[in-house]
Amino acid sequence: MDRSSSLLDEALDLDGLTTPSPSQPARVVLVEDCVETSGAFILHHLMKRFLSPHSSNAVVFVAFAHPFSHYERILRKMGCNLVVQRDNNRFLFFDMLMLECPGLDGGVGQSIESGLFALYGKIQKAVEVSSLAESKRNITVMIDDLSLMEVAANGSSNHVMDFLHYCHTLTTQFGCSLVTLCHEDIYSSTERATIPLQVEYLADVIIKAEPLASGLATDVHGQLTVLNKGFYDGLGSSRSKMRNFHYRIKENIVEYFYPGSRT
Amino acid sequence: MAAMKTRTSSFSRNISGAPTSPIPGLKYGPNGTIFVSSGISDLDKILGGGYPLGSLVVVMEDSEAPHHMLLLRNFMSQGLIHKQPLLYASPSSDPRAFLGTLPSPLSSKDDRSRDRDAEQEKGLRIAWQYKKYFGDEQKVEGRGDGKLEYCNDFDLRKPLERYFFSGQSIDCISLHDNPSLYTFRDRCSAFLAQLPRYDGKITSAGRIAIQSFCSPQCEFSNMEWGMLSFIRYLKSMVRSSNAVAVLTFPHSLVSPSFSKRLQHLADTLLSVRAIQDEDKELAKLLTGYQDMVGLLNIHKVPVILDATTFSMKLQKRRSLVLECLNQAPVDCSSGTSYATSGSCSGSSTSGTLDF
Repeated sequence: MDRSSSLLDEALDLDGLTTPSPSQPARVVLVEDCVETSGAFILHHLMKRFLSPHSSNAVVFVAFAHPFSHYERILRKMGCNLVVQRDNNRFLFFDMLMLECPGLDGGVGQSIESGLFALYGKIQKAVEVSSLAESKRNITVMIDDLSLMEVAANGSSNHVMDFLHYCHTLTTQFGCSLVTLCHEDIYSSTERATIPLQVEYLADVIIKAEPLASGLATDVHGQLTVLNKGFYDGLGSSRSKMRNFHYRIKENIVEYFYPGSRT
Repeated sequence: MAAMKTRTSSFSRNISGAPTSPIPGLKYGPNGTIFVSSGISDLDKILGGGYPLGSLVVVMEDSEAPHHMLLLRNFMSQGLIHKQPLLYASPSSDPRAFLGTLPSPLSSKDDRSRDRDAEQEKGLRIAWQYKKYFGDEQKVEGRGDGKLEYCNDFDLRKPLERYFFSGQSIDCISLHDNPSLYTFRDRCSAFLAQLPRYDGKITSAGRIAIQSFCSPQCEFSNMEWGMLSFIRYLKSMVRSSNAVAVLTFPHSLVSPSFSKRLQHLADTLLSVRAIQDEDKELAKLLTGYQDMVGLLNIHKVPVILDATTFSMKLQKRRSLVLECLNQAPVDCSSGTSYATSGSCSGSSTSGTLDF
């Protein structure tokens, strides 16, 4: 692993995330982004880390935003073959691009609950099966992204939150992690932003991608703020740890660096 | 170093231009992407080749000026010239009338002269030849083999000739008379069903142009979630077919959260802005201010850009060009800086960015 990309891993404490240990409970990661700076690259980075050849971790990916070919193409560029991982049952992909609840008025009458419940059932089964396959294996459920899931649920944020709470129970039941992407700027104008507030409360790690505060720059594409809530410092007490650094997206890697550390 | 220099000598052929696609109107880009032209050669260059096939382009309209129509017109005209199927939807009650306002390609093109009588062409050929030496030489090369070009220059004053409309699949939908989003969705999926995506073998590419999607004239303009799921559905349909969808929407008329959601759904996000006639401050700041008709902002693209704001100008009052913004020279500055900025605004496009 090259040194430049380790800054994000360090901030996330990814080694604790990828290797399950009794002291380190499973975690919930929330990625927040906005129109100017997409946070999708963080998902790709995490996916690559989870599917690294040294481990046997599995990823359950629930896609509302892009088809499989999109992720496959990007991850291949990053040096990770999703097709092979899918054949090895380490990468389980749920294409939810066409999911709509309630369904079309001409189609089958499907309520919001039953649609999302069916999806949850599929995820639960996938997690169960892959946890049975190998005992010391960390499973990650990734959802891309919550805002589109809300659209699929016809704007019912309560149902989306219920769904997330169900997924949250999986983290305690099977010790798996949950990674979600949420477009935060959608909710910035509304009074009660239920979804981001509640997910932020659930999350142990919040990664926020923002444009550079000082404006457009050619060598810095944005800044990341990583808030690590459940940080145990060995003395039994917990405190949160915040990190802030810049990133620059390149052809197939992303460079992370502290502000001002590059000339 | 020396080896590099010999390779890039002025006599070597430009490699990026060498592989010609078998189908006119399609360009093969890196990583397996295929582009269709936006109808504005400068925009194609900025976007790294054009609009990628299978993507959703969203244009945020200006509430005061119809600059988004310029983008739509060029996009639609270019498609018709390439004989690509077109679906056009607009909130007006007679969308077919809009086809009459599409611009015609700017003279001297082989595809036009071929259709003329040989006699007439003989007489005009000398005049055409002059054109070559007038300016952009690099645009002229590679045109001689009688093929359709990837991107035409359009004359905004001349309407597109009739024969481009005949014998093509053009579908016009009025969103005003068509109250249900479900019927609109069915029309779109029927249109896209004729353009299935086969890997490797592509026969034609379709274009979908939707104008002023959420404007109050549309019956469904108060159904935000319905419209969002329509666009989400459209996006996933376009992904799996050989088509590009361009959608414009008035972002000042919709709620901020809805606008943000739409912006997140876009693969390519552009916005157009009018500029005031007599804005003294801006006029002092920018060169060529008096020729500008508006500003084009590029918010989200698959490639990483150096600049995001470009000025839209009408060259000789008829063809649309995009330029980087050039800061006007300060009065006491040296002559060289004046010369460079002057040349930038004079040429049809400027590759460098100094703003």
